[in-house]
Amino acid sequence: MADIAAAPTSVMLGVALALFLIGMAGVMIRRDLLYVLMSLEIMFNGAALAFVTAAAKWKQPDGQVMVILILVAAAAEVGVGLGLVLRLYHRFGTVDGDQISLMKG
Amino acid sequence: MTVVCYVASAVAIIAAVLVITGQRAMHALLHLVLMLLALALVFFTLGAPFVAVLQVVIYAGAIMVLFVFVVMMLNLGPPGERQERRWLGAQVWAIPVLLTAILLALCGYAIADLGTGGAPAGVVGPKEVGIALYRDYLLAVEIASLLLVAGLVGAFHLAPPTRAGEEAQTASANSRQPEETADG
Repeated sequence: MADIAAAPTSVMLGVALALFLIGMAGVMIRRDLLYVLMSLEIMFNGAALAFVTAAAKWKQPDGQVMVILILVAAAAEVGVGLGLVLRLYHRFGTVDGDQISLMKG
Repeated sequence: MTVVCYVASAVAIIAAVLVITGQRAMHALLHLVLMLLALALVFFTLGAPFVAVLQVVIYAGAIMVLFVFVVMMLNLGPPGERQERRWLGAQVWAIPVLLTAILLALCGYAIADLGTGGAPAGVVGPKEVGIALYRDYLLAVEIASLLLVAGLVGAFHLAPPTRAGEEAQTASANSRQPEETADG
């Protein structure tokens, strides 16, 4: 195995962009809050893949450090977000974003 | 190794599309885990083994367990059981199993391709990442720990009290709902 990072940077950035856009489409088209949170995870991972691609391009650890920080942010976001979803479910009996419209948003 | 990277990326993208188009939360969740594992393989082939391991252990392990807990808490009662029995048809698990089999084959190929030598060229191992993390990014690590504490406090504050049973709690929440909406 001569060169482990043989994949072209542009292709992997394209994959990262595709993942990010898929996640963004999920956030916009789904109304179930659980799916919105899952789509957010996909977006996080698209960003993480971009960072890892850049780290592989320059063979520096900085990109991987950023992915670890993204991991922390995702963990905190999921903890609070799922707590909110549970609270909304107990309060309204549904997690449909369209039916929870007390704020007339 | 490039082929492994491309095929794993394709698996990740297909799994991501299956997540956002899924009809059942549990299936979408399993597709999400599949996408995370495929991305871990991509990270590995890109020369980031430490991040790949973290992706499997923390993301596909710990964070997804939170999702599974919540989905399980939201799907209660006999309708859920009937649903689960319907989920066991072949058309439900055929595609995920196929994608996972592809991923497993890729993983085996990648491990067999590694050989017995030391770390190949282009790999940034855990040592470099750790040094960068605790020397250059020490402030970011402290801020991240603060963020985790904030998330912990927020989740603790938001979590519904568990002293009463889940059923009574849901009932009281539902009965409380009309008057509060009437107030608003």
